[in-house]
Amino acid sequence: MWYLCVFYHRLLDYRKPEFESLAELFGAFGDKRSFDPHPRDRALRWRLPKDHHPDSPFHFVHLPSEEIARNIANRSLLVKGIYELWGEGNDYEELEEAVKSYPDERKLPYLSPESTFKITVDSFGKVLSLQEQNEQIQGFSYIPFKGRVNLKNPDHNFWLMETDAHETNNGLPPVVQRRIFFGREVGVADRKLIPMYQLKTRNYLGPTAMDAEIAFLMANQAQAAPGKLVYDPFVGTGSILVSAAHFGAMTMGADIDIRVVRDGHGPDCNVWSNFKQYGLPMPICLLRADNNLPPWRPGLKEVFDAIICDPPYGVRAGGRKTGGRKLLKGIVGPYTIPDDKRADHIPSTAAYTLFECVHDLLDLAARMLLVATSEQMLSSRYSRVLLTMVKTSSYTEEVALAARIKHLEFKENHLKWLENGNLHSSVFSPADAESGDSKESKESKPKYRGKYV
Amino acid sequence: MRLLTHNMLSSNIKGVANGFPLRIEVEKVVEKEVEINHDFLRNIFPKIDWKALSDASRIMGYHELPEEPPEPSVLEADIEFLRKFHHALLELHLEEGALLCPESGRKFPVNKGIPNMLLLEDEV
Repeated sequence: MWYLCVFYHRLLDYRKPEFESLAELFGAFGDKRSFDPHPRDRALRWRLPKDHHPDSPFHFVHLPSEEIARNIANRSLLVKGIYELWGEGNDYEELEEAVKSYPDERKLPYLSPESTFKITVDSFGKVLSLQEQNEQIQGFSYIPFKGRVNLKNPDHNFWLMETDAHETNNGLPPVVQRRIFFGREVGVADRKLIPMYQLKTRNYLGPTAMDAEIAFLMANQAQAAPGKLVYDPFVGTGSILVSAAHFGAMTMGADIDIRVVRDGHGPDCNVWSNFKQYGLPMPICLLRADNNLPPWRPGLKEVFDAIICDPPYGVRAGGRKTGGRKLLKGIVGPYTIPDDKRADHIPSTAAYTLFECVHDLLDLAARMLLVATSEQMLSSRYSRVLLTMVKTSSYTEEVALAARIKHLEFKENHLKWLENGNLHSSVFSPADAESGDSKESKESKPKYRGKYV
Repeated sequence: MRLLTHNMLSSNIKGVANGFPLRIEVEKVVEKEVEINHDFLRNIFPKIDWKALSDASRIMGYHELPEEPPEPSVLEADIEFLRKFHHALLELHLEEGALLCPESGRKFPVNKGIPNMLLLEDEV
């Protein structure tokens, strides 16, 4: 059945991928456990309201059941609400026509005398005064509401939504045209989630702790759920695992920096206390390990349901890997740590370039896991992209070898550029340097931005 | 460090042929309750090296696991067995101690429940 989905007008690229990921999690595409070699075929059908631009918050989506719609709405960060549409139109006369012709068997069950209801008025692109809102509500006398009104906790919540073309975005044409919708609420978002988990009040933070909203989006892309095991190879303060744990997944994390995972800032301010703060189950384990030389036993594979992480890009924080810089470059010959110093020796680490990090990550994923891209604007000059990859076939020696070869080719072409710290400087250098790298500069075609990006 | 973790780790020092399973040196074991999830246990069971788990649990002071791995059908039907599996896998913690490479004897310390698996420069 077709439903009206209203998104929050922000993080536009993330909306549909999150929605589709949750749709899959809640069974919209059939049996969850079936191994689908073509995940791209699992896509929902979407339609836009008349004269609306794809960036509009209003979309029609086809879902197999109301229960799935409600589950998606409740868990999503970006869906404001999902509604069964009773009517729409360009003006109130058209709306009335539409609602009157909507089948009775879809309406009457929700208008019964034993039920309670309320009507909420919402507008996008214009402001409606309280008086105007009340007038609109009174205008619905043609709908045979038999139940009592309950403004606090009604059985059924009906929404009147007006959209209009007053919103301007960077001088671009408006995202919506005038359209009026009336529908029955099927599910709404739990926006209490973000205030509860926001970093402002987080017990233990690090410089690259993941923003709560994005962490939840990542957990939704990863379909974190009870019974699943989720791994973060760059766990840091655990900000990403916290969101996965909130949705019931078992979590595991590793970091090369032992001070972050083991010590934190003290006995009450560390990764564990972050989980305690929210009453979440602790991670199954945290370990100090190098993602470049992971400590997994050979033959171990397909253990994690998801790997969710924010790898060190070398921009705000650089990655490290085992093996001193001088050692790896051959400036210093291989050396042995004297026996009496071995216990407390802190191994030197070398710069862990982004491509090597990504290669190791992909190898980890290919091996250990039983794909949407969305862009987050981080500043006016650069942004980062959330990549979701879905594993489609098993890990074999051939796959590993092919990947290694491709990686070495890529390394030859890009090594010099990345090693010279150019990623960091191209992000932070003064704004004249737009020439040169297509890697960093964004498209010149203007894009619509959500209000709070 | 729980035994689920121990079951996944090995000593990957250069020159070591088989670094699994790591021998456990116990200094402090703590039991922490974890909510049981039967689906999780059934999903993870095929990935577990049973002998390593069974031996490790004995070293940690828990003797209820059979030495031979159970038939998968046991996991479906026997809730009591699942309880024991859950306890060994997730509720026994090595807070302080070490993991030893079975070939070289090299110690990977475990402090505050966190194993330090970082290799030294000459082990790489």
